[in-house]
Amino acid sequence: MLANHNSVAAETNKPVILTRNATKEPKSIQWILISIVLLFLTLFLVVPLIAIFVKAFEKGADAYFAAIAHPDSMSAIKLTLIVVLITLPLNAIFGVVAAWTITKYEFKGKNFLITLIDLPFSVSPVIAGLIFVLLFGLHGALGPLLQNYDIKVIFSIPGIVIASIFITFPFIARELIPLMQSQGTSEEEASLTLGAGGFKTFWYVTLPNIKWGLLYGVILCNARTIGEFGAVSVVSGHIRGMTNTMPLHIEILYNEYQFSAAFAVASLMSIFAIITLVIKIFIEWKTDFKSSKVS
Amino acid sequence: MSIIIENVTKYYGSYQALQNINLEIKSGELVALLGPSGSGKTSLLRIIAGLEQAENGNILFNEENYTNKHVKDRNVGFVFQHYALFRNMTIFDNVAYGLKVRPRKIRPSKTAIEQKVTELLQLVKLEGYKDRYPSQLSGGQRQRVALARALAVEPNILLLDEPFGALDAKVRKELRRWLRRLHDEFNVTSVFVTHDQEEAMDVADRVVIMNEGKIEQIGTPEEVYDQPKNPFVYDFLGSVNLFKGKVHQGKLATGNVEIHVPDSEDGESTGYVRAHNFIIERESLETDSIASVIDHIHTIGPIVRIEVIRQDINEPLEIELTKEQYNNLELKKGEIVFVRPKELKVFVDYMAGI
Repeated sequence: MLANHNSVAAETNKPVILTRNATKEPKSIQWILISIVLLFLTLFLVVPLIAIFVKAFEKGADAYFAAIAHPDSMSAIKLTLIVVLITLPLNAIFGVVAAWTITKYEFKGKNFLITLIDLPFSVSPVIAGLIFVLLFGLHGALGPLLQNYDIKVIFSIPGIVIASIFITFPFIARELIPLMQSQGTSEEEASLTLGAGGFKTFWYVTLPNIKWGLLYGVILCNARTIGEFGAVSVVSGHIRGMTNTMPLHIEILYNEYQFSAAFAVASLMSIFAIITLVIKIFIEWKTDFKSSKVS
Repeated sequence: MSIIIENVTKYYGSYQALQNINLEIKSGELVALLGPSGSGKTSLLRIIAGLEQAENGNILFNEENYTNKHVKDRNVGFVFQHYALFRNMTIFDNVAYGLKVRPRKIRPSKTAIEQKVTELLQLVKLEGYKDRYPSQLSGGQRQRVALARALAVEPNILLLDEPFGALDAKVRKELRRWLRRLHDEFNVTSVFVTHDQEEAMDVADRVVIMNEGKIEQIGTPEEVYDQPKNPFVYDFLGSVNLFKGKVHQGKLATGNVEIHVPDSEDGESTGYVRAHNFIIERESLETDSIASVIDHIHTIGPIVRIEVIRQDINEPLEIELTKEQYNNLELKKGEIVFVRPKELKVFVDYMAGI
């Protein structure tokens, strides 16, 4: 009787539940699985996160704020933000162009291009950094030329930006390609037949259709840019107050046994990460909402 | 606006999708491009629209060469099989889109756009849906929005790519009648693609039958149905029975019967008989009476479909009778009857590709 009643209620509200019944495990197994996941997350995520904040405030709030307000820290924060501000728009443009090219045109070597876009994922960041040192460094391929014009790439901001762009460029393109593939080109074609040009079609039709995917890619790209250590470490030269990004600065502080200061900056990065996650959840909820409306 | 298609050829890689297509469509006509999938009908429609470029040949609108004109400058209304409505816009914005994106100089005022869109939504009977999104509408409603959107820009030419292909049978029938009325009202030159011969016959002024990148026949629905030019057209338009055999001195020998076929060339030939062009009798009266066993009787609807097996060569024939004829004959399954073709069209075998 009860089961019957439930299924009727489900039918009127959420018919989805009916189809899920078959794959539903017994309650006990559900609880065991949930506990395992929670335990794992607590051990490897929550505890370390709390530890960061505990350690950061070990010497009191004053010391915490002093560590963050220190000129070297401020310079690291500023440099990180500058790198993010340059990297994100460039990668957003590249990502949209790459996804557009791959999904809307037919040409030879398309799969090869997709593989190339994935390259930064498969190359170790340290090697990525080394590539740029070998390319732009004083003894690198383009080193003498750059020196002639007095342009410094390695051990300065341009190098850090280039390395960051390299590491993070797949994020947005990777996010957009499947999305645009599933949407096809017929809406764009409809727009063209209605007399809209290429730019208007992109602005009014394509962009609104991909905006949440694009934003999601930007968020991932942003998180990675802020946190990138390996490649940036190789090209930056670790010049205090000049070429240290936040992760590099944390490492230096840590190596100098300034644990509280190191964790203070780390806590700030964690806060960035948490904000990023919240935005990500919001976007996921928003796209879910949109896709449920579509279906 | 008239359309002239001259020597249009299209390749996809090494595959030739269209071979030297020539076609003239008069102003105000409603023409159907009919053919099986892969016949090139959609390619031709997309080339007329400018969504694809032909390798060779010209497209003329009102005798003006449009071959190299960009799709956005051709002012064609295009209706897609899967609607292609803008999913991020309301129904109102979808219909208004073509007017809103016009350059400022020729863009109607906001109130003029609103009035036009409201009128069109009334025409497609969706005025109450203007604030909804495409995903909240049924397939038939979406296709009506797509039509309203295409008509909003007052197109020179209306092109429809299998417009009812994704809809269920009942809605499809309703919509095609409605399209015909709409066409008569707006009198805009229209071309639509379909693989459904009934749909083409029902709606179009003229039917263009295509196969493997070529035009097989052009004509009014009556012409192509009653006087098919070749076996392909015969076979494509409705069910047909084949009588393979040899013509000698005006007689087609098939199995152990001879069918009288005056004016036919001698040689290996195939006779084509439509399912409704048979007489069923109890006795063998002529040399062309074919002894057959009744295998199946389908009595659903006003037409009775009877499958018989020829006794001489064991091949099935499909015959259609009216209910009245069927009732008079009192046919039963398993019974032996004599079947006589009323009308038979002979094509010499070398051109029969089927």
